[in-house]
Amino acid sequence: MAAPAIELIGIDKRFGPVHANRNIHLRVEGGTIHGIVGENGAGKSTLMSILYGFYQADAGEIRVNGRPVRIRDSQDAIRLGIGMVHQHFMLVEPFTVLENVMLGVEGGALLARGRARARAELQRLEADYELRVDPDAVVGDLPVGLQQRVEILKALYRGAEILILDEPTGVLTPEEADHLFRILARLRDEGKTVILITHKLREILAITDRVSVMRQGEIVATRETAATGAEELAELMVGRRVLLRVEKGPARPGPVRLGVRDLRVVDAQGVERLRGVSLDVRAGEIVGIAGVSGNGQSELLEAIAGIRAPAAGRIEIAGSAAQGLDPARMRALRLAHVPEDRHRMGLVTRFEARENAVLGYHNDPRYGRGALIDRAAVLAECRRQMESFDVRPPDPFLKVANFSGGNQQKIVLAREIGRDPEVLIVGQPTRGVDVGAIEQIHRRLIALRDAGKAILLVSVELDEIRSLADRILVMFDGRIMGEVPPDTDEARIGLMMAGVAEGAA
Amino acid sequence: MFLDILLVLDSTLRISAPLILACLAGLFAERSGVFDIGLEGKMLAAAFAAAATAAVTGSAWLGLVAALGASVFLAMVHGFACITQRGNQIVSGVAINFIAAGATALLGQAWFGQGGRTPSLSGAAKFQDIRLPGAESLAQLPVAGPIWAELISGHKLLVYLAFLAAPASWWVLHRTRFGMRLRAVGENPAAVDTAGISVAWLRYRALIVCGLLCGLSGAYLSTAQGAGFIPNMSAGKGFIALAALIFAKWRPIQALLACLLFGFLDAVAIRLQGFDWFGLGELPSQAVQALPYLLTVILLAGFIGRAVAPRAGGVPYVKER
Repeated sequence: MAAPAIELIGIDKRFGPVHANRNIHLRVEGGTIHGIVGENGAGKSTLMSILYGFYQADAGEIRVNGRPVRIRDSQDAIRLGIGMVHQHFMLVEPFTVLENVMLGVEGGALLARGRARARAELQRLEADYELRVDPDAVVGDLPVGLQQRVEILKALYRGAEILILDEPTGVLTPEEADHLFRILARLRDEGKTVILITHKLREILAITDRVSVMRQGEIVATRETAATGAEELAELMVGRRVLLRVEKGPARPGPVRLGVRDLRVVDAQGVERLRGVSLDVRAGEIVGIAGVSGNGQSELLEAIAGIRAPAAGRIEIAGSAAQGLDPARMRALRLAHVPEDRHRMGLVTRFEARENAVLGYHNDPRYGRGALIDRAAVLAECRRQMESFDVRPPDPFLKVANFSGGNQQKIVLAREIGRDPEVLIVGQPTRGVDVGAIEQIHRRLIALRDAGKAILLVSVELDEIRSLADRILVMFDGRIMGEVPPDTDEARIGLMMAGVAEGAA
Repeated sequence: MFLDILLVLDSTLRISAPLILACLAGLFAERSGVFDIGLEGKMLAAAFAAAATAAVTGSAWLGLVAALGASVFLAMVHGFACITQRGNQIVSGVAINFIAAGATALLGQAWFGQGGRTPSLSGAAKFQDIRLPGAESLAQLPVAGPIWAELISGHKLLVYLAFLAAPASWWVLHRTRFGMRLRAVGENPAAVDTAGISVAWLRYRALIVCGLLCGLSGAYLSTAQGAGFIPNMSAGKGFIALAALIFAKWRPIQALLACLLFGFLDAVAIRLQGFDWFGLGELPSQAVQALPYLLTVILLAGFIGRAVAPRAGGVPYVKER
């Protein structure tokens, strides 16, 4: 048998007190697609960064094609035929595709000659692997799916035989993801080795030959993909049994609590981001907004929350007109908002948990009179929220930056839900949240629905929308493409998300 | 009238030259992602080094070498603070400005005892005007003659160099490997790093170019335009160059044009001193002198649209996670 393409022996890495990788042993056979799954923070990305020379391991050995090697920087990795497609693309946006591909391997101090050679080579790669991109397109203007192809082309152009992809589908539509998988399968058939890092079990099962599961910095198991299933992998990832499906009864919709009529939003560049959106959310139901990010979902949430003034249209919360009100007045109408980006809008991460527990509600007379804050009341409120949402560690004096993503999100949810709102609008409730916490957050949202609240849910995770929502609205290019029930098949929703098919609304 | 215009344009070139050099210096630094508000300080230090060396050795060329050395040294201090130590680029730049302003005056006084000035330069200690061929014989031609003789010919070497530096910078940025990498590192240093290129070394090289150009600019002030060093003789030119850089949206040819515009405003302001406004009397000279700065503010505030700085500008590069 041939030596494995990659063999890691006893890799160990610490960042200060954090033990990111513990004694990792991993064999990746050549010409296969090897998946690595694990929760956020399980150490997947750190391990791959060590392989790509971004970090140095504290201990352990790396063998490429059976030969022990030292990888001190990315240049070493590239020389060994290792290429990486990062989760956050490493592209220079104002550059053309060609320039991005050439960067670092220009082939001489002057660009002209290398440019011609790169163009020819690029055409060959495009033909060989069906990676079609216009070499003269400016990368910043390309949709993310194509940007990702540029990243793959970059790696192949450098002669990569081993391709590492870090969470490649996070930004893709289901259709784009399928195309990516076809490309990966093609690469494998041409004899390349692919390492796919993801936390999405569905992808692992769809495309890999073998899968390794990481938990808390360790590889806890390696399986033939054909011989395992989603339930087993999820259990291995979390270390206990998890419910992948959300348990919920049928919705009992009441009167309309949130009404949006012909809402239009124009951004600072004068581009219309919402082009006449109308929707109703009733008490006791969850309405999900599906769509590829950047199609107006953020603007919709921000307009309803009062952060962004709409150019036209009406918003009604529990029967009273609310368009153009500021977020504080919106809150007074008992609207709660869990923003999409908790770091940017939901939390002040340098503040302690107790301060974050009352952010936006700090003028409430419960927490103090006039200019002064009643610190004991704030502390009590924070303790109550932490207990109710099982925030760990339950330390009100810890800075929010030091909580894990899941616990940060729980802090935001506890603050917003804790006020017993009539309408809750939620953006990406489980982005960067580990599987255990996802389960908890989903259960809280269902409980809130069953308590008769109206919930508008925006998420780029189609699975999440499908399992939580009672009705799904699909957004594309600032419009609602149509409404579908949650059991609609994924391909159809995918087409609507891509703006191809209209829904039967 | 024609001669008046020619004279104003002629002094526009003289005034613009150091701005162009400083502006291009800033361009190299900022396109690589390092903000440099220390242009002013580097010019001043270079001006002093040039004049002091020329005064002692009697050679403008040795002065120029000293100017380049002083300016590159300060650029490397900035680099060490901002690239290696990941310090705040604005603070480092301000510090360099203060150090340069203080140290030049102090050393000038200590060495020459003339209130911070260096001795007046003459002869080979100063760059001389270059007479282009045919300046005398063609001067008699109508229109073209005076333009050649008065406007184009008769400048210092460094003026011609400044005007060549702009297209040369464009060529370096867009036609060479170094230039492409430099533009890339100012936009997304992580992309450069993962391509296996050293971000730090690339930015240091950008700052060396910045230092060299500032050195030329400073040397011009004290050994070509002027005849010796005067404390604070850069008089805000480094900041005007920064304004021109933003106005030009960090592009070399536009930088040349922006500096010419600012130089022209300055030249007009000088010309208008003592001008009788249609019997209404003279405008106070302070108001005239303020004109270029006023226009700078107006232009920057209203007429350039959105200036998109290199995306990674001002941010020290740290590997994430």
